[in-house]
Amino acid sequence: MSHATQRAPLPFWRGMFYLLLATGLVLTVIRFTQGLGSVTNLSDRYPWGLWVGFDLLCGVGLAAGGFVITAVVYIFHIERLRPIVRPAIVTAFLGYLLVCVALLFDIGRPWNIWHPLILHNPHSVMFEVAWCVMLYSTVLALEFSGMVFEKVKWKRAAKVQKFLSVPLVIAGVILSTLHQSSLGTLYLVMPGKLHELWYTPMLPLLFFVSAVSIGLAMVIVESKLSARSLGHGLELPILRTVGRALAGVLGLYGFLRVYDLVDRGMLGEAFSFSYESSLFLVEFFLGVVLPVVLLSVRRIRMSERGLYGTSLLAVLGFITHRLNVSLTGFEQAQGGHYIPAWPEVLITLMFIALGFAAFRWIALHFPVYPETQEPTEEPVHHVPATPTTSVRAPWERTHIDLPNRFSRVD
Amino acid sequence: METGKQHAILFDLTRCSGCGECVAACMKKQGFEGDYEQVTDMSATSYTYVREVLAPDDEEFYCRNLCRHCVDPTCASVCPVTAIVKTAEGPVVYDADKCMGCRYCMTACPFNVPRYEWDSANPQVRKCDMCHDLLAKGEATACSEECPNEATVCGPRDELIADARQRFEEEPESYHPHIYGEHEIGGTNVMFISPFPAEQLLGFVDKLGNEPLPQNTWRVLSKIPTIAVFAGATMGALWWLTGRRDEVRAHEAARKARRKNGKPQHNGQSQSEEV
Repeated sequence: MSHATQRAPLPFWRGMFYLLLATGLVLTVIRFTQGLGSVTNLSDRYPWGLWVGFDLLCGVGLAAGGFVITAVVYIFHIERLRPIVRPAIVTAFLGYLLVCVALLFDIGRPWNIWHPLILHNPHSVMFEVAWCVMLYSTVLALEFSGMVFEKVKWKRAAKVQKFLSVPLVIAGVILSTLHQSSLGTLYLVMPGKLHELWYTPMLPLLFFVSAVSIGLAMVIVESKLSARSLGHGLELPILRTVGRALAGVLGLYGFLRVYDLVDRGMLGEAFSFSYESSLFLVEFFLGVVLPVVLLSVRRIRMSERGLYGTSLLAVLGFITHRLNVSLTGFEQAQGGHYIPAWPEVLITLMFIALGFAAFRWIALHFPVYPETQEPTEEPVHHVPATPTTSVRAPWERTHIDLPNRFSRVD
Repeated sequence: METGKQHAILFDLTRCSGCGECVAACMKKQGFEGDYEQVTDMSATSYTYVREVLAPDDEEFYCRNLCRHCVDPTCASVCPVTAIVKTAEGPVVYDADKCMGCRYCMTACPFNVPRYEWDSANPQVRKCDMCHDLLAKGEATACSEECPNEATVCGPRDELIADARQRFEEEPESYHPHIYGEHEIGGTNVMFISPFPAEQLLGFVDKLGNEPLPQNTWRVLSKIPTIAVFAGATMGALWWLTGRRDEVRAHEAARKARRKNGKPQHNGQSQSEEV
């Protein structure tokens, strides 16, 4: 890979960014002065819309790469994937920050957003999600702080941060397991409302497994996007490893989904070609079956373009599932349709644009990719083989790159 | 207070003339402007309404709709900040000062009752509070007080259920002998009796059953401590195991390298070595 080239963003995207930011700011003023009704198509019949269905449910899922990749490298010791750890942490941190900002827009009384700290209802899934998201955002901030300390050469803080890395990763895995699945649990309280193709007691498990798969898919998608915007891509062998893991997890998700439909006797309903059935078939065949089939083709699995294309399909399928659970799955019971108003869409696009811009800025100014390190520094992506300090956490081990079952190259 | 002693409301379709006095009384009590005769749905400025319904034999009846004040309310169970609570006296009430506006209560309510002030920058959830302030003073709810036909009556839940059964007994030809809300989704404090089966009409769809809906989420939520401990222990164990595996391999590799460079061993077999 080449050294960092501080490329200017493509003029078109820069223009789009400022346009979205400008319209988004105007709409923000309207939303906070005129109420939710002024910028959304939310109603008493559809009290949750795009900002819950996409910004929260998809946003948290798409940021799952953070806990998946840190677990793979720090817990499973798969050192080959270490170059992905930092981009994944940055993506997850920004993702969760944006989810929190989006929630400030969506909830009606955002000045009370801190209330779960003092008002406790352990019977509420939302209460649990609120706590997990708060705690996990803190974990991500601490994980990200390592890059900041390194940038400002605050060596002692960097040392402490590194000392805490394994406990932080374990905390992150626990918190993510809980709230990724809880986003599915949110809907378990609505058996009469959510269509039976999506309402299943397995929703928590399905949400968790799909979050893991999409965390992996996003690593591949982001690599492609960073390569275009920043000149940093990931090496093809790493992407292939991620692609193989994606095929496995997505296959497991597909199996669980079919098993659940058969178990509940819903297979006939799934192929009835009704409105709901069509949505399900698109979601499942384009977003799950097709990517798994494509990844089983060697030529596709081995090429960067093939991996990117299949990952994009999987991401779109994932978004479709979450939107079906949160929006379209309610149409039969609630009557009518919910279609987001254009300001809702524009504000969401503003968040996405902010996410891209923030990622780009961080990648250019912090040691996210190996190339951006200053040459004098010791390599940060590998724990030194012999610890140079007397402070050595029990979880700091000697790392030696060794071939293992995950590092096989086809 | 036990459920049977809680305040409750009983609505009898056979007695309702559709005059709308209950709607007018409710709006007056809550201080809402507007023409009660124009009210066709619950809204942020009208907590109840009366609509015409047809029996299977096309006979016309009138039916009210309002918050059911469930015995185990879904809205209160899902509220992350306890802004909605089931009071010991029966009414399910809302406190805007606690609310953060997530609207999970609205999404979760099986009867689609809570309404929102969509056009306010300081919005509140709006729904019937069973005139809990009047009940506390020993008075009746505004709607039952003003009903000219005693179609809406309020009283202790047990007494209303006994009253309904008595009506079934006295006029068996007038009723379908089922009290809607006695057991459905764990019971509601607003109950209905009707001349014909009215599950769909009242939103008691079959799949809801008699089990309170909050149990669907509690089954999962109650496992969280177990999941957290299990996930933590598994991660810790895997971290140790995979790390140890790499250490052993590294030592094996080092040993082999030493052997190759140094004097060859007698049998050339590799042995595991303490690390």
